Amino acid sequence: MAPTSETQPAPEEPVVEETLVEEVSIDGMCGVY
Amino acid sequence: MSAGSPAHSRADGTAFDPGLPYRCSPSVALRPEPFGALVYHFGTRRLSFLKTPQLVDVVSGLEHHSDAHAAVEAAGVPQPQRPAYLRALAGLAANGTIEERL
Amino acid sequence: MKLVDHFQYGLNSPICLTWELTYACNLACVHCLSSSGRRDPRELTTAEAKGVVDELMAMQVFYVNIGGGEPTVRPDFWELLDYSIDHNVGVKFSTNGIKLDRRRAAQLARTDYVDVQISLDGATAEVNDHVRGPGSYDTAMRALENLAAAGFGQPKISVVMTRQNVDQLDDFKAIADKFGAQLRITRLRPSGRGAEVWEELHPTAAQQHQLYDWLVARGEDVLTGDSFFHLSAYGEALPGLNLCGAGRVVCLIDPVGDVYACPFAIHEQFLAGNVRSPGGFQEVWQHSELFLELRQPQTGGACRSCLHYDSCQGGCMAAKFFTGLPLDGPDPECVRGFGEQALADRDGAVPLPRSNVDHSRSTPRNTRAPVPLTLGIGRPDRACETSPIAGFGASANDSGLFSPAR
Repeated sequence: MAPTSETQPAPEEPVVEETLVEEVSIDGMCGVY
Repeated sequence: MSAGSPAHSRADGTAFDPGLPYRCSPSVALRPEPFGALVYHFGTRRLSFLKTPQLVDVVSGLEHHSDAHAAVEAAGVPQPQRPAYLRALAGLAANGTIEERL
Repeated sequence: MKLVDHFQYGLNSPICLTWELTYACNLACVHCLSSSGRRDPRELTTAEAKGVVDELMAMQVFYVNIGGGEPTVRPDFWELLDYSIDHNVGVKFSTNGIKLDRRRAAQLARTDYVDVQISLDGATAEVNDHVRGPGSYDTAMRALENLAAAGFGQPKISVVMTRQNVDQLDDFKAIADKFGAQLRITRLRPSGRGAEVWEELHPTAAQQHQLYDWLVARGEDVLTGDSFFHLSAYGEALPGLNLCGAGRVVCLIDPVGDVYACPFAIHEQFLAGNVRSPGGFQEVWQHSELFLELRQPQTGGACRSCLHYDSCQGGCMAAKFFTGLPLDGPDPECVRGFGEQALADRDGAVPLPRSNVDHSRSTPRNTRAPVPLTLGIGRPDRACETSPIAGFGASANDSGLFSPAR
């Protein structure tokens, strides 16, 4: 699945916006501490 | 260049205003990657992923431009995508990655 | 591509990494993942440690999780802490609290980009000290009191979940709230000394479910070290990146400079190299055979056909390895029960993998008598063994186990 962002006009603007920034909370990725 | 109206209002009342100057927060480290950039916020422990090189250019360039609109334009973002980029910036302002430059 | 896809292929630099500064420790916790106790004479020197920080800065590693053993028993701990922060590498360090007197608490409160994590494995002294040794609960409480009094913002309390403390989850939360701390719960692995006590201490299947339900209700209020992603197969995925980052996003640097895929995998099989070799840490991270192998697309093996594979990713590599399970099969605590089946199918004649890296102060593992772990039964006081920090206490008679009140 290839969400596009650069070339298409964006009727589904929220979808485009989602593909520009992705956020996640990480807590060390199983780092012990 | 229009003075944009705020794209988002946050619960605390501070809205992102693309007509104002911004910069990366000092609590944030930005690390370019082949696929865009990783952004780590030391305060919130949030890791953000800027998914296009252009967005990386926009964010890095904020501090050098008089307002967010100018930074978006300088990064070469095509017109039709600019609203999406401004919304992305609004999200980054809301999570503390970027802040108003006083 | 989603972020998780990029992570699976590895990054040019870790996002963060675990750095065990010393194998010396004033405690002798029964489940210690690094089998710590005695200092290793080949430990990195202060200069070598600073060299590692220099590399991490150049690689733009965001932060280090510093631990050990007990990192604060290294005399240069505070110097290395400041050096790291001054070189743009944030520090989160894990401690049993032994050195966190009022002076150090105040010093930490004045320091930016440092996070402190106090280890605690029971909400009561009875449950905690059973695993961590007599007096360890009090030491932890004292450290938390000192940090709170000094105005240190939001320390972490880190709990290893065991059969004996799952019912104390709400109590742990209450302790955290009382001290203005954030609660962190992590998974027990059969690593280090944990291998000997895993069968008795790891949560039952019912308790795992209880734990999962509690985590879902807590949402992002409680940290998990991203270590419970195998529970995501119960339903809604837990917050965080649900995948194993070993060798791809994170790794371990041990006290003698050995680089392992992860702190739960201190074993030859997961040794990628050493920072003292030419090219230093960067060379190991970017080019070691082990890490390049881990960054190959994972097929999922026997788990691939399970509809939960996307959320659990086959679970924890270290948990599988040290219970003698194949790495391309289910996690021993697979919530669908496939792990239990796999454990039952093991060939009893084949010995379980054991690390030859063991700095425990007790007699060697295989000559030790089994230690009864039922609550209420007295057990040998392992903390009474010769203290590796003799001389660090106030006098020859001071084991350093208790911080003197000032």
